[in-house]
Amino acid sequence: MAEATANGLGQHALHAGHAHDAPATGVAQAEVHQEHPIKLYLVVWAWLFILSTCSYLVDYFGLHGYLRWSLILIFMILKAGLIVAVFMHMAWERLALTYAIILPPVLILVFVAMMLFEADYTLFTRMVFFGPGP
Amino acid sequence: MAETTLTHTGQTESRPAGWQGIAADWSSDQRAFKNVSWGKAMMWIFLLSDTFIFGCFLLSYMTARASTRVPWPNPSEVFALRIGGSDIPLILIAIMTFVLISSSGTMAMAVNFGYRRDRRKTAILMLLTAALGATFVGMQAFEWTKLITEGVRPWGNPWGAAQFGSTFFMITGFHGTHVTIGVIFLIIVARKVWRGDYDVGRPGFFTSRRGRYENVEIMGLYWHFVDLVWVFIFAFFYLW
Repeated sequence: MAEATANGLGQHALHAGHAHDAPATGVAQAEVHQEHPIKLYLVVWAWLFILSTCSYLVDYFGLHGYLRWSLILIFMILKAGLIVAVFMHMAWERLALTYAIILPPVLILVFVAMMLFEADYTLFTRMVFFGPGP
Repeated sequence: MAETTLTHTGQTESRPAGWQGIAADWSSDQRAFKNVSWGKAMMWIFLLSDTFIFGCFLLSYMTARASTRVPWPNPSEVFALRIGGSDIPLILIAIMTFVLISSSGTMAMAVNFGYRRDRRKTAILMLLTAALGATFVGMQAFEWTKLITEGVRPWGNPWGAAQFGSTFFMITGFHGTHVTIGVIFLIIVARKVWRGDYDVGRPGFFTSRRGRYENVEIMGLYWHFVDLVWVFIFAFFYLW
């Protein structure tokens, strides 16, 4: 109860502040209520369809090697970016939230590097002791 | 009461943007997320933790696949469907992808209409989202049934590396569970919208906080996350 009151007051002050600084700092759309034209969602929706079709066609045409992997990754990152930025409204949040949410998952890439190294070593020892695959 | 601890000077300072904005927002000894309600911030932090769970699943899949001497089954052939006398690779997975993306689109529009106080359209779009989600789960059940009858088990399969089955059931099973939970909550929130709970600020069942239309957006965050995870599963498990 007490906390809710404090938050309410804090938010009130903040909104008053935004009315003043929104044009100056360029923080548009900072209000809690976001209204974007429906067309924006339809365009993103269409792009997600196009990108999904493209990544499906990569498999359909049986592309191989680095071309296949790079295309899969490019389409994946574009789709993920569109969903997070527009559908989840991350593009209109303040950077403090954006960085708090987007940066930590990037650290998974360090984990990926470690596990690739480890998997490579496991494969090496298996080759040495059991010979090449059946 | 809380009012005594809160010093409100009446001054409204403009908040800096960019890197300075990050430092100022985090170091201001109040709340880091200035214009985001606790419900929304906590949903984002939950989704962050969920990201690590799915990240670890995909990582273990990568490690298993990269360290086995036995060839990995070709997903393009394993998930092919025979339609009209010819095998079409990955077609069921492609349809599932389109279904889930469509559900994300309807959810985004439901959030939009929620903020416009359009009760009817919001509820209908949310129920449509739930229906598409249920369709996705149904297709996944079909896919599981097909693979199980073909002899795929967590400990082995007819085509190659034994780890294929365990990673497949673990990753898609966990994702399917997320979709199922999402469908249930979509129906619950849609009912509240339909009943007008968020117009009168009726408190929820577990909480004394007044319900707001922002709840629709928080529900939307979860649903879009489920779609987001599928983007990565589709790329790494089915296409790689």
